[in-house]
Amino acid sequence: MTTAAHSAEDLATEGGEIERQLAQTWKTPDGFWAALSTVDHKIIARRYILTAFVFLALGGALALMMRLQLAQPESRFIGPDRYNQIFTMHGSNMMFLFAVPVMEAMAVYLVPLMVGTRNIAFPRLNAFSYWIFLAGGGLLWISFVLDMGPDVGWFAYVPLSGPQYGAGKRADIWAQMITFTELSALAVAVEIVVTIFKQRAPGMTLDRIPLFVWSMLVTAFVVILAMPAIMVASTSLILDRLVGTHFYNPAEGGDVLLWQHLFWFFGHPEVYIIFLPAVGMVSTIVGTFARRPVFGYLGIVVALISTGVLSFGLWVHHMFVAGLPRLGESFFTASSMAIAIPAGIQIFCWLATLWDGRPVFKAPLLFVIGFFFTFVLGGLTGVMVASVPFDTQVHDTYFVVAHFHYVLIGGAVFPLIGAIYYWFPKFTGRLMSERLGRWVFGLIFVGFNLTFFPMHILGFQGMPRRIYTYQPEMPWDTLNMFVSLSALILAIGFLLFFYDAIRSARSGAIAGPNPWKASTLEWATASPPPAYNFRYIPVVTSRDPLWTTSGELTVAVGLRTDRRELVVSTVAEARPEARESSPRNSIWPFWAAVATTVMLISSIFSPWAVVWGSIPIAIALIGWFWPKGAPEDEA
Amino acid sequence: MKEHPVLDLVDLPPHGMGAASPTWWGTLAFMLIEGTGFALVIAVYLYLMSVATQWPLNAPQPDLAAGTMMTVLLLASLIPNLILTRFAKARALVSVRIGLIVMSILGTLPLIVRAYEFPAFAVKWDDNAYGSIVWAILGLHTTHLVTDLVDTLVLTVLMFSRHANSVRRYGDVEDNAMYWNFVVAAWVPVYLCLYWVPRL
Repeated sequence: MTTAAHSAEDLATEGGEIERQLAQTWKTPDGFWAALSTVDHKIIARRYILTAFVFLALGGALALMMRLQLAQPESRFIGPDRYNQIFTMHGSNMMFLFAVPVMEAMAVYLVPLMVGTRNIAFPRLNAFSYWIFLAGGGLLWISFVLDMGPDVGWFAYVPLSGPQYGAGKRADIWAQMITFTELSALAVAVEIVVTIFKQRAPGMTLDRIPLFVWSMLVTAFVVILAMPAIMVASTSLILDRLVGTHFYNPAEGGDVLLWQHLFWFFGHPEVYIIFLPAVGMVSTIVGTFARRPVFGYLGIVVALISTGVLSFGLWVHHMFVAGLPRLGESFFTASSMAIAIPAGIQIFCWLATLWDGRPVFKAPLLFVIGFFFTFVLGGLTGVMVASVPFDTQVHDTYFVVAHFHYVLIGGAVFPLIGAIYYWFPKFTGRLMSERLGRWVFGLIFVGFNLTFFPMHILGFQGMPRRIYTYQPEMPWDTLNMFVSLSALILAIGFLLFFYDAIRSARSGAIAGPNPWKASTLEWATASPPPAYNFRYIPVVTSRDPLWTTSGELTVAVGLRTDRRELVVSTVAEARPEARESSPRNSIWPFWAAVATTVMLISSIFSPWAVVWGSIPIAIALIGWFWPKGAPEDEA
Repeated sequence: MKEHPVLDLVDLPPHGMGAASPTWWGTLAFMLIEGTGFALVIAVYLYLMSVATQWPLNAPQPDLAAGTMMTVLLLASLIPNLILTRFAKARALVSVRIGLIVMSILGTLPLIVRAYEFPAFAVKWDDNAYGSIVWAILGLHTTHLVTDLVDTLVLTVLMFSRHANSVRRYGDVEDNAMYWNFVVAAWVPVYLCLYWVPRL
């Protein structure tokens, strides 16, 4: 590496002018159309995160309605039809509109900063993906408001969702919402993979990639390999319903279990699509607050990859009562138990990090501690239901409801809330309240366990899931009342969290670039970062760059400032290969999303919509890619 | 934070080709997504076959003529496609223009053959599950043919415009040619599945 003609003094003198030029080149102007045209990964990620949390709040409101209904036997608050819609909406909304998008959105914000680049790869695709996600969420919720919400459960089993039993358009709306959300998730996955492979700062070799970035790389590959299955499933379901194909009609050679295979071949990896980013967040928070590098970096990376691989070998454990061959079930029992091993390795690495470090118990770390407790409990019941005889007993009971809420909320939402407390200062420039954070943690942790632990017992007592009411003779009323009251504590915890976030965004303490004295590159720039992220691209020489550089950041110079330009580097060693341009703001991704939305929604009603609907999409895509003679088109 | 310059990037090319280009990797990633899609629909075909008492369901063996012609045509198209890639690498504008016109024609011909393939199975999508999966697989591949054709046509027009003579455009031509290779490669297992698996 050469110092060329630049010295640290040169940088200091020319820095102001360079910042001005970069700001001009990378800015998102004010105004309505500019807001629709922006391709800044930070602005889009912020929208994604906010939208996903709105969906979390809406899904939470549905959960409270269900708890109100179930608090007493033979309650008349919600009728059976509405109840079916509500639990379907709750599950679909939480999985497809909250959990997956919010995790990817965190990556859309953080990965480019953590790998030291100026924008995400394919930023226009990123803008497109957000509009598609928003349209999918709108489709689902507007339909629900119109009493057209899907009512077939979040996994929409046939024949219930097929043409014979699922009259009207409810199941189609579910299936097309899937198309929207998977399209957007797949787009983001491609952006993340290419950003991590090709846009890492010079010197960030594979073994210097931050653990959160590793976790997102594995997640993105799981998305790429798992989500096509649900798109095949939802498309074939719509075809069965719209043009009379027979994929799921046993009378004409179709098969209902085919649906379950396709759904769970996606659905099980889906759990890890939500969980893997969360463990990346945990690794990051643990390292920062234990004030030492995370113990067992290589072990954690290998665990992430093996979890990703194993996640494709588990799907049949959702189908143990479907009457499959015994040998197959045994295989899936073994693989379901095997996945506890990489999870265990990671937990021991985190414990070792905390043990050997000097942990500072700030709010983010509290949520991580809560995660350990809750996730291990959920993992233990997971090993229990991996056993076929046990699963046969508790299948479709509240035991399963308890299990997957422990895994999903304990395993993903706790780390996510911790991550919001951790990265909030980077997103907004302001810290969230430490005092309120402790209250939020206490309320959510206690509220969660009081709400969901008794559901294990309700399951053992035989209470089935998805029932809109139960008779007073059943021994379930006391616990149900207890669960419903506890859910209020949980809800208050979330309300306090929202309050803290809104309040802190306006008037929280100013954070400065690196309030936690953390080690990764996102903390090397201002909070919130400028549109171009870094004035100079960092040059990385270690795994924890900000802990080893003693107040001085090694950087690269020589990028153009009059066009959007970033460094492309080699996959393994991150040697710089080119100064690549990054696309400018454009309105076309928005129009492409509008055209795609019109086509997808119309195709619920007529197959010909696919034909005529493709024409505006093609026009929008040509507008998107056609060169405009900007400096970014030069080479 | 104080910055200390240790590296000067000014001599790097302003655009990377091949594996140095993010677009190339993005194309690979989309090929992985769509390849997974093809693998899945073939898996669905095999699954439906495994639960059926006879296969094809209430239909004769598929007529080989159209599908085999498609296979020959697609495989043959790889040669001009490869030559086009070479032209693009050499940045030979006139040759690239001719190559793109040839590939536009070679992208249109399969669509004509495809029109004869659907009837070759003598089953409709709504006759039974066999018809459904056959039409779905053929439909999926046809979508790829159409998408790539539109891509190639737009690129051909672009190469006759004032934007043509740019390294970036030659990279687009290479990526588009790579995607056509994928569309052809995806057809081979599909062809074996649709036409030969029922004959096993």
